[in-house]
Amino acid sequence: MAHDDAHPDDPHHAHSHLPPDPALRVKALETILTRRGLVDPAALDEIIDIYQNKIGPQNGARVVAKAWSDPAFKAALLEDADTVLREMDIYGRQGEHMVVVENTPETHNMVVCTLCSCYPWPVLGIPPAWYKSDAYRARAVREPRKVLADFGVTLVEGTKVRVWDSTAEVRYLVLPMRPAGTEDLDEDALAALVSRDSMVGTALVAAPEAAT
Amino acid sequence: MSAASSLCLPHGGEEPVFVEPWHAQVFALTVHLNESGRFTWADWVARFSATLKRHGLARELDGGADYFDAWLETLETLLTETTDLAPKDVNMMRDAWEAAYLATPHGAPVHLEAGLTKKL
Repeated sequence: MAHDDAHPDDPHHAHSHLPPDPALRVKALETILTRRGLVDPAALDEIIDIYQNKIGPQNGARVVAKAWSDPAFKAALLEDADTVLREMDIYGRQGEHMVVVENTPETHNMVVCTLCSCYPWPVLGIPPAWYKSDAYRARAVREPRKVLADFGVTLVEGTKVRVWDSTAEVRYLVLPMRPAGTEDLDEDALAALVSRDSMVGTALVAAPEAAT
Repeated sequence: MSAASSLCLPHGGEEPVFVEPWHAQVFALTVHLNESGRFTWADWVARFSATLKRHGLARELDGGADYFDAWLETLETLLTETTDLAPKDVNMMRDAWEAAYLATPHGAPVHLEAGLTKKL
């Protein structure tokens, strides 16, 4: 962090560390809205706890591992993800629809939100900074293969790349290809192989011996 | 496109879900207001994407702090346009919190009253 604007003779030096301006503005909003009865501070704490500790790529990995292990589940997931995921107690609290797109030797899927940062929160949690950056949002559609190369992904020649643009209403999850050599693994072991990026389509799932 | 488009994407490292505590707070505030019916998520996305687009005209956004700056600006504007929340109310409360921090000895819990007492 830069400290160019620090003043050694600041008269407030001995006082509490002053939060940055946006933090004070958020506190102001929260105080006013709580006083008006529009916000319940306990509900805010719960939301933070959910997204910080309970929801994350581990949820998506569980779905992927189950799809790899259970053909009927996979077929249902690709057909109607909302219904299948709700049975696993996974659903969008903002009313969005989930769509699962399957990677195959012929087609590699990749997800972006060109508008802002729409992302399948219930299965992947909060998106990483790169997903929210202008660079990714602009380039994923225009030059997906170059973006994949930046992520270290090289596709077999002839593989088609399909880019899905998430919206407020529809969020996409990539079902990556199951790596070879995983026939004997159970769902938990399979889930451990599945990375967040592989479910956004910016990584492939490596075989266990190559996984780090 | 621009030279900026050839920038490497900042990926690969582990990062916390929320880098700053206020990022978590403003996120939770927005989700809570949406879930309690104050606005639809489609409305939020339309407004937020417009803010990002406007900010992105001046410089390339990296999806880090600038992302939540845009988020906060969107929420403030949404609330002042759709409720009777006035910008001056937010500014006054912000200043009261600042005063509270400055009136509280280092290490002690900060209460808004400390700022209000000092202001009034």
